[in-house]
Amino acid sequence: MAKITLDNLAHSYLPNPASEADFALKELNHDWEDGAAYALLGSSGCGKSTLLNIISGLLQPSQGRILFDGRDVTHAPTTERNIAQVFQFPVVYDTMTVRDNLAFPLRNRGRDEGYVAQRVQDIARMIGMEDVLRRKARGLTADAKQKISLGRGMVREDVNALLFDEPLTVIDPHMKWELRTQLKTLHRDFGHTMIYVTHDQTEALTFADKVVVMYDGRVVQIGTPEELFERPAHTFVGYFIGSPGMNVIPAQVQGDRAVVNGSDIPLGRAYRPPEGKVEIGVRPEYARLSQTEGLPVQVRRVEDVGRHKIIRAEFFGHDINIIAGEDDRVSADMNRVTFDADHVNVYANDWRVQGEAA
Amino acid sequence: MNKTVNQKAWFLVLPVLVLVAFSAVIPLMTVVNYSVQDTFGQNEFFWSGLIWFEDMLASERMWDALGRQLMFSGIILAIQVPLGIFVALNMPKSGVWSSVCLVLMSLPLLIPWNVVGTIWQIFGRVDIGLLGYTLDAIGINYNYTQDTLDAWVTLIVMDVWHWTSLVALLAFAGLKSIPDAYYQAAKIDQASRWKVFRYIELPKMTGVLTIAILLRFMDSFKIYTEPFVVTGGGPGNATTLLSIDLVKMALGQFDLGPAAAFSIMYFLVILLVSWVFYTVMTNLDKQEG
Repeated sequence: MAKITLDNLAHSYLPNPASEADFALKELNHDWEDGAAYALLGSSGCGKSTLLNIISGLLQPSQGRILFDGRDVTHAPTTERNIAQVFQFPVVYDTMTVRDNLAFPLRNRGRDEGYVAQRVQDIARMIGMEDVLRRKARGLTADAKQKISLGRGMVREDVNALLFDEPLTVIDPHMKWELRTQLKTLHRDFGHTMIYVTHDQTEALTFADKVVVMYDGRVVQIGTPEELFERPAHTFVGYFIGSPGMNVIPAQVQGDRAVVNGSDIPLGRAYRPPEGKVEIGVRPEYARLSQTEGLPVQVRRVEDVGRHKIIRAEFFGHDINIIAGEDDRVSADMNRVTFDADHVNVYANDWRVQGEAA
Repeated sequence: MNKTVNQKAWFLVLPVLVLVAFSAVIPLMTVVNYSVQDTFGQNEFFWSGLIWFEDMLASERMWDALGRQLMFSGIILAIQVPLGIFVALNMPKSGVWSSVCLVLMSLPLLIPWNVVGTIWQIFGRVDIGLLGYTLDAIGINYNYTQDTLDAWVTLIVMDVWHWTSLVALLAFAGLKSIPDAYYQAAKIDQASRWKVFRYIELPKMTGVLTIAILLRFMDSFKIYTEPFVVTGGGPGNATTLLSIDLVKMALGQFDLGPAAAFSIMYFLVILLVSWVFYTVMTNLDKQEG
């Protein structure tokens, strides 16, 4: 187990990257705390897997250093780093039995057979495959194979970190939930540093203590699920986390007011006029439909999703979403919207601007 | 539900039937026809039953040729398959050099059999051939027209040169189909190079290797042109493989009946060995599944 430090790390798949756009992973400084569970969240192609492969040593970064507990391992091969990694698509050794598959990483490190047998038994119980240990891995279903891959990742107790690269993509929903719970249990019991790559926000938010959100090769925010929800540091975080995502509306900001199309929206804090493209962001949870107060809005559709209703509406030419409680009344004459002033965030060029107490 | 009856569908199958009849069934039946008849000339034939088959089975000449043939096929398979895999493993996986390698390796495959034979026939000659002359000059007594071992070595080296590329290309295709994640997982699992080969590459190549072995077996078992051009079956009968012997019998001695019986048994041996090999390989696959 180790603290993993990324120091000025960046990576480009091109031999001679000229501009920032050539980098799949933009410059990054970050400490992965020893024993924490992280989720690396972002849409496909944002550099998540690149980052993971650099940590595990499958990829050499174009610049910067990686330190494990202060020791520079940037150019150390994967084996020296003692890392376990599980990939998106199942990797099993077809001609081996399930038992041999699980024992493989231990045997390659020359552990004695008694220990190996014990460990394999424990892991088999954890992934629910005790009764197929004798079978050849070939011909098992995709999710059985992926469980074996997960098992192989977890079988070593002394790893520096466990990396998961969207490991549950091919697993069916029921099993997904169960395996995720088991990963959490494993984390609680053994305290490995875990980094879990996913593009599924539910997975990220339920698994991790800290969520790292990536966008276009850059880490845009690192925080607890609550922080990501309440104070998205970047409009992408607001949009990507939450269902539906945050409403982002172009506005002018003056002091503790935002002005959209000549109408005032009160803000919880005061801002100096920000530079560049200015927008305000409000989560649908903090918008409320009203008959009398607020600004005019045109309701287009109401979707009842069970626990709440999602109202799709048009607000000065912008699509916005409003969430109303299950029992809240929504009627045709409700054509105004109010925003909870404390939960309106201000963004300049997509990045959140800190306000001062009003 | 009633089945629709429509006899016109036969017309759609007809072209295939006609083609197969002319390309395979009718020629084969001619051979079968000869194998059960005898003639004293004048194009008069009479029924002789299975006597030619009995003759051939009792003929030492055929068993010797079969023995030589099995040895030849066995040796070239034992060399070409491992060598082909080795070459495939060491080829550049992508980029310009990969293409260059592929083209270079395909070249021997494109040369016609008798040209290959001629190339090696000249190459090995002691008087004017580069190989024969050089070996002679450095004091190795080499002469494929007189020495049995030299003749065999020449034929085997020639076949390895001609056909190893096929195995290598097929193995290479098998290797290319392995996703990167397997190699990455192997690194994470700290697998040695040998284990990567044994547990990832070899299992993924089984399918193409089965085909490669099958093709090489069938082809080598039928080989005629190259040994005919190089050694003509000699010295003595040392390199008289099955088809060389067959041609001698059918065209040299004009023993149509025995040659026909010989052909049929020859064909059945190839069919049987290929079928057994294929069935065993595919069943192994299923059992493991």
